[in-house]
Amino acid sequence: MVRPRRDNVISGLSGSFQKKGGVMANTSLLSLELNDKIAAAAERLQMSRREFLQFCAALATTLGLPQGADAAVAEAVATKKRPSVIWLHFQECTGCTESMLRAEHPTIEKLILDVISLDYHETLFAAAGHQIEAARETAMKENAGKYVLVIEGAIPTKDNGIYCKIGGKTAIELTKECAKNAAAVIAIGSCASWGGMPSTDPNPTGAVGANKIITDKPVVTIPGCPPNPYNFLSTVVHFLTFGALPEIDALGRPKFAYSRLIHENCERRAHFDAGRFAMEFGDDGHRKGYCLYKLGCKGPETYANCPTILFGDAGAGTWPVGCGHPCIGCTEQGVGFQKPIHMVSKLKNIEPPLQYPRVVEEKGTGATLGSAAVLAAVAGAAAGGAAMVAKNLGLSQKAEQAEEAKKAGEKAQV
Amino acid sequence: MAANHHAPAPVGGNLFNAATFICGVLIAIMLAILAVRFVHGLGAVTNLNDGYPWGIWVVVDVVIGSAFACGGFSVAMLVYIFNKGQYHPLVRPALLASLFGYTLAGVGVIFDLGRWWNFWHIFAPGYANPNSVMFEVAVCISAYIVVMWLEFSPAFFEKWGMKDAKQKLNKVLFFLVALGTVLPMMHQSSLGTLIVVMGVQINPLWQTNLIPLLFLLTAIVIGYGVVLFESCVAASAYRRKIETHLLEPMAKVMLGMLAVFLIVRFGDLLVRGALGHAFKGNVVALAFWVEMLCFIAPFALIASAESRRSPQKLFLAGVAIMLGGIFMRLNAFLIGYDTGVGVDTGWRYFPSVPELMVTIGMFALEVLGYIIITRRFPVLPREDVQVAH
Repeated sequence: MVRPRRDNVISGLSGSFQKKGGVMANTSLLSLELNDKIAAAAERLQMSRREFLQFCAALATTLGLPQGADAAVAEAVATKKRPSVIWLHFQECTGCTESMLRAEHPTIEKLILDVISLDYHETLFAAAGHQIEAARETAMKENAGKYVLVIEGAIPTKDNGIYCKIGGKTAIELTKECAKNAAAVIAIGSCASWGGMPSTDPNPTGAVGANKIITDKPVVTIPGCPPNPYNFLSTVVHFLTFGALPEIDALGRPKFAYSRLIHENCERRAHFDAGRFAMEFGDDGHRKGYCLYKLGCKGPETYANCPTILFGDAGAGTWPVGCGHPCIGCTEQGVGFQKPIHMVSKLKNIEPPLQYPRVVEEKGTGATLGSAAVLAAVAGAAAGGAAMVAKNLGLSQKAEQAEEAKKAGEKAQV
Repeated sequence: MAANHHAPAPVGGNLFNAATFICGVLIAIMLAILAVRFVHGLGAVTNLNDGYPWGIWVVVDVVIGSAFACGGFSVAMLVYIFNKGQYHPLVRPALLASLFGYTLAGVGVIFDLGRWWNFWHIFAPGYANPNSVMFEVAVCISAYIVVMWLEFSPAFFEKWGMKDAKQKLNKVLFFLVALGTVLPMMHQSSLGTLIVVMGVQINPLWQTNLIPLLFLLTAIVIGYGVVLFESCVAASAYRRKIETHLLEPMAKVMLGMLAVFLIVRFGDLLVRGALGHAFKGNVVALAFWVEMLCFIAPFALIASAESRRSPQKLFLAGVAIMLGGIFMRLNAFLIGYDTGVGVDTGWRYFPSVPELMVTIGMFALEVLGYIIITRRFPVLPREDVQVAH
């Protein structure tokens, strides 16, 4: 079995995964079947070996990596030193952490904690106060230049950021301090991505996203409220496997998860194309699973992979649109927390007219007493009038004929 | 051209009488309903639905209304194309009825447009779709309305003493008359083409590739029928002498056209094997036979030259032809029309009272306009002797 040299793997980026001159990561999942380290990792995660390999393959697929990357991922997860992670919490609800810990897959939270060495996390730490701050500083010192910084929550900037302080330091100070020696920075959730809910007008604390504070290095943003834990995990595993963060778009979002509109892969898309819309909650169309566009679904203007991997890893079919609630656009700056839920989204391509038919169209009523009576009256009046005209014409013709006959008779007499 | 005693002259008389008052009331009711319609939409006043996207406003006001307005075209064709100058006294009154029929049909279309504020799109090259039958109909009808007003304008010029204008117009009148003959032939047949494009939604009794021809033939026949009707009614209402010497030969022409129509109609049904639908014992078959009886009735009424000299029979024949035209269009566009055809059944339509009142109001408007113009402008032939009644 060819063991990849770690340096080479780390220098590789996702896009150039297969171009690593000469030495390649293991590209055969089968060859890992009897690997002791894989077996040990699976046991540590309370998974069967098969489940572990399947899980790694799923991660590689989520990342959109080429065939063979599953083995590299599995190998990396099983053998590599777990990266140290400093996890900061600012203005937020801790929903991102909660969704990660309460994921449907019983092992995912274990995996998160196994894949990474979580050296600082305010929610999960038993320690508190100076003790935990000391742990953070130690971890940062020991792993300088190698640790991953995860930021959860918006950063208040108004009045020098005094609206969020931890251990006497403002969020701005903490962010700058921790980002200085970080190998990678990941902003998890919409709040850390652009300010999210705390930045909603009138934005009293001047909340901004992490990339407004950290300007000297790229910040990968994983927006969502909360984001799917897989998107975070995949990003971390990508870093673990290849030593670099995945390709990102202009807003810092990993392209593997945020390059498609929800509308593009939505399970209700056929209804949209056919012009079948739920018009209000609980109506016939809503019960039949029609498109939620008219209820304000923001899927047509929101980039996220929710239709593909669903939302929050909460189980089959359980994502907002699947449950009958319009997407609120939580991953999209300017849409989520900004546009009212009932507001119709701005379509990126063709907008359907607002005057589509109702779900059940009335089929029309027959003649009513009133309308039949009016029609009968008109017909009667017309018939009567025609009869009168015909009678008049007949009479006048008779009179004329009589007159002519009289004239003719007079002539004859003369 | 026409002898002096045939020169048109205003009828004169009072404009305020029972007839004009009733017309005025009906028009006021129509305007009130239309105000509601334009503010609150079609659904507020009509019984239209997805299965019947058009109702009597289109079928009666526009399709039937414009067919009734073919008098001007039919008579003008007789006078100018077949050079039968003796019919000239009939031209102006027929043209006037056409003028109103078409102008109101053109206006009536706007009532039925869901987004009526976009009506001008069809005239804007950027919006118009020149491959559409609707486009053909709309442009032809609009052009014909303009042409007819110009054709009729000598009546106004005479009234207001604008001799120069009349002379100038007379120089180009032949061109207008030619246009005035071509345009209605184009769109009356296109109204039939509307049926063709609706495919299987139309009952086979009316769905045929020949329906444009059938619509054109009936439009011409109805044109003569309307002239018979209108001459008799005008004579009866204004107590004038009837131009029987003109109507008798014209009725003969009409019967000839009607015979051609009936041959084409039944020939087509036989060739297509669609005649069986006429014996199905349903409402559609009944409607078909009512239509056919109306078209056949004139042969029973005015087949002989003797009967064609009876104003009473001429009038009834005119009425029968008009009824035939009404039923043919109602049948093709509404009664024999089924959107769902076996897929989505149960659509029903019957005009609502406000819908009926608008259509009645439109006809009242035509009658009122006819009364005002014939009483004040030189339209009807001058009477040399008052017929005592």
